[in-house]
Amino acid sequence: MAQFEPILLANINRHDSHTLSVYESTGGYRALRKALAQMQPVDVVDVVKSSNLRGRGGAGFPTGLKWTFLPKDHPGPIYMCINADESEPGTFNNRILMEEDPHQVIEGIILSCYATRAATAYIYLRYEYPLSLTRLQAAIDECYAAGYLGKGILGSQFSLDIYLHRGAAAYICGEETGLLESLEGRRAWPRIKPPFPAIEGAFRKPTVVNNIETVACVTQIVNRGADWFKSIGVPSDPNNPRDPGSYGPKLYCLSGHINKPGCYEAPLGITCRQLIDEYGGGVWKGRKAKAAIPGGISMGLLTEAELDTPLDFAGPGKVGCLGLGTAAVVVLDETVSMVDFLHNSCRFFQHESCGQCTPCREGTAWSLEMLNRIKAGKGRLKDLELLLEIGDSIGIIPGTTICGLADGAAWPIKNAIRKFRAEFEEYIKKTNPKGYGETKAVPALAKTGAH
Amino acid sequence: MVEAIKALFSRYPTRQAVTLPALHIVNERLRYVPIGAIVEIARLLELAPAQVQDTLSFYGFFKQDEPHGRTRAWVCRSISCALRGGEEVLSHMCHTLGVKPGETTADGRVTLEFAECLGACDFAPCMLAGDTLHKNLTPETADQALRSFK
Repeated sequence: MAQFEPILLANINRHDSHTLSVYESTGGYRALRKALAQMQPVDVVDVVKSSNLRGRGGAGFPTGLKWTFLPKDHPGPIYMCINADESEPGTFNNRILMEEDPHQVIEGIILSCYATRAATAYIYLRYEYPLSLTRLQAAIDECYAAGYLGKGILGSQFSLDIYLHRGAAAYICGEETGLLESLEGRRAWPRIKPPFPAIEGAFRKPTVVNNIETVACVTQIVNRGADWFKSIGVPSDPNNPRDPGSYGPKLYCLSGHINKPGCYEAPLGITCRQLIDEYGGGVWKGRKAKAAIPGGISMGLLTEAELDTPLDFAGPGKVGCLGLGTAAVVVLDETVSMVDFLHNSCRFFQHESCGQCTPCREGTAWSLEMLNRIKAGKGRLKDLELLLEIGDSIGIIPGTTICGLADGAAWPIKNAIRKFRAEFEEYIKKTNPKGYGETKAVPALAKTGAH
Repeated sequence: MVEAIKALFSRYPTRQAVTLPALHIVNERLRYVPIGAIVEIARLLELAPAQVQDTLSFYGFFKQDEPHGRTRAWVCRSISCALRGGEEVLSHMCHTLGVKPGETTADGRVTLEFAECLGACDFAPCMLAGDTLHKNLTPETADQALRSFK
């Protein structure tokens, strides 16, 4: 396969790629100059809409459509919040954009604000990215000095301020309404929707929340046009009039048991196996893959036989995964115990559940307790049923929680146990030969330490 | 610190939005956020101290009893790092330092923490110590990193 010519990552290997002078020398801020000189805000909305760009943060909602949900002729203020709380295990593509090409991101933010008539943008940046913080702040400072930010940008009527807002190491702040609560200075408990942020978001004003990679795509779409964007990727399903397709380049993250971990730009729709073999140099140590996470841990698992699944917005869902998510592929080689994998996943979600909704708070905590029990050689076959019962009943899909964190906790449980059931049963029987068939309830309150 | 906090007021339409930035300002200077600082932040932001404390307590990030060590080292335990030996690096560091995650060495030099995904999975297993990312760690290189902490 011919390697795809990178667009979003075209500049990252240049010396001083994070500086304004290097960015301008490769055509940087040309899209912004074009938009301010030749396009009305609605024209920018239209080009993004007709590109069918879908949000890169995980949910894949069409970006242009999201923008049109803002109320018409609102007196303002309208806020733009950029979700840079990239915390999904396995995911680091936003970090690379912010560290190595922050101006591409900022140009996209300015264009998105121009389109939506937002005069203030907040970048909600996770705590764990100190270099992104430094690079973004330096880039913002350069933009103010060069007239790309502030009052009357490039002599136009358009004004914009961008502020960095640093998080405090909480995964839930990547959920867009958790992010807004955190921004406003409260605990990051996601909000019940509706109202959606476009109607009532930050500070109860209309707000757009977009991801870092999404706004980088906006820069390229304004530069190159919607037709260019739609020449890459997977077209809409002709049998489904509501399918917006999977267009454009995508930054895939590849990590785990792989020879060349890294962030690779490829057209949406390459298969997981292509990514592993053609970009990642194959599974490490000459081993075989046993499974792979398709898009961050909350998306579940592909088995080895499912690795030919195309990594577009529709692909992973067809084999029982939650979706494409962040397109972060984590490879598990043949030596990995699925019990260990699921323990790691359950421990993550137990730690990161915000505690607002009981099914998620209790479901994630008790699933970890059960995995601890299984790993301690006290597992029972019935635990698998209990884990699946939790997996099937927590989340916004079964309708029991406010946000999707619980769906993300549930999917690894459901996929691991349903796709690797024999391995779980064998582990439990081997490590607990006398008690694996036990079905009596285990006293729960003794475990909580509360009584 | 008061001036640094006040300088942020114009960025937000409400004072409460300055809560997290204010906590970071205090934490960067004191390495913890004592209850006295909560009261002071609340006064500046025209909030009840309980509102500031409520937000702080959500994150589990800010220490309140005593300052963290001169270096706070976050060792990732999430899936990409765990697959490449992250948990072994963390337990090795616990052994070397004689502390459990969340604890500070007796000399106040290092606070060791586990982290959930540092977003540097291309360099797994990894550790964020202060503002420095330590990449592709082994128990040996983790020891070297520990010796470099002031």
